[in-house]
Amino acid sequence: MAKHIDDEYYQSLEQIQAADFVLVELTLYLDTHPDDQSALQQFNQYSDYSRQLKKVFEEKYGPLLQFGVSNDPGPRWDWGRAPWPWQV
Amino acid sequence: MWVYEKKLQYPVKVSQCNPALAKFLLEQYGGADGELAAALRYLNQRYTIPNKVIGLLNDIGTEELAHLEMIATMVFKLTKDATPEQLRDAGLADHYANHDHALYYENAAGVPWTATYIQAKGDPIADLYEDIAAEEKARATYQWLIDISDDPDINDSLRFLREREIVHSLRFHEAVEILKDDRGKKQFF
Repeated sequence: MAKHIDDEYYQSLEQIQAADFVLVELTLYLDTHPDDQSALQQFNQYSDYSRQLKKVFEEKYGPLLQFGVSNDPGPRWDWGRAPWPWQV
Repeated sequence: MWVYEKKLQYPVKVSQCNPALAKFLLEQYGGADGELAAALRYLNQRYTIPNKVIGLLNDIGTEELAHLEMIATMVFKLTKDATPEQLRDAGLADHYANHDHALYYENAAGVPWTATYIQAKGDPIADLYEDIAAEEKARATYQWLIDISDDPDINDSLRFLREREIVHSLRFHEAVEILKDDRGKKQFF
């Protein structure tokens, strides 16, 4: 049984995708510029921001991360419920 | 280990069923310069690359897995509602005969993926130059796909992926410079 997907799902997901893109980009940059303090500061800032967005998203649409990294599965096992990313 | 995250790296929207476009996109799925080759190449090279650039190969290799998932999503969405006749008209009759609507690691011409597409030379500079070449070839492939595609939503995702190849190439160039700097310090191992 698939979860209910509304417009807010797509909007929230896009906010997360945007925040996490900053983190991917900064990760690769920091891999070759590990001493750049302002990049590190920006990384920490977006890491906090992404965590906040995901907390709100997961309360409504279920866990984003596998193997207990999203650490509150709720009263029932939600992980395996559709939709998967290629289905939305 | 890896932890799966239940989201795409960047949205993949599909305007309509379009198996002909899906066939072209397979070049980036199971082709020589595609995302599977990229991910497996970098993740395999990281064991013997110097410590200073292991993180970069690890992280770019991981991002390539996310790109592989985006390409898979495009192919899946473009073909899932296609009839056998539509698949045949799009040049996917051979694919259908063997795989139905399933995805398979093959290139646009239906040639299965092979490990001979990738190299691990054990020489850090040789490996990184291969990686730079791989990114530039993938960037060019994305350009040809954008040129031949007639789906504006798919093109938006393809432009994102084209841009990522440019960034990866830049980072690999920086990795080469980091290793060259170390070589200048006459460190002996």
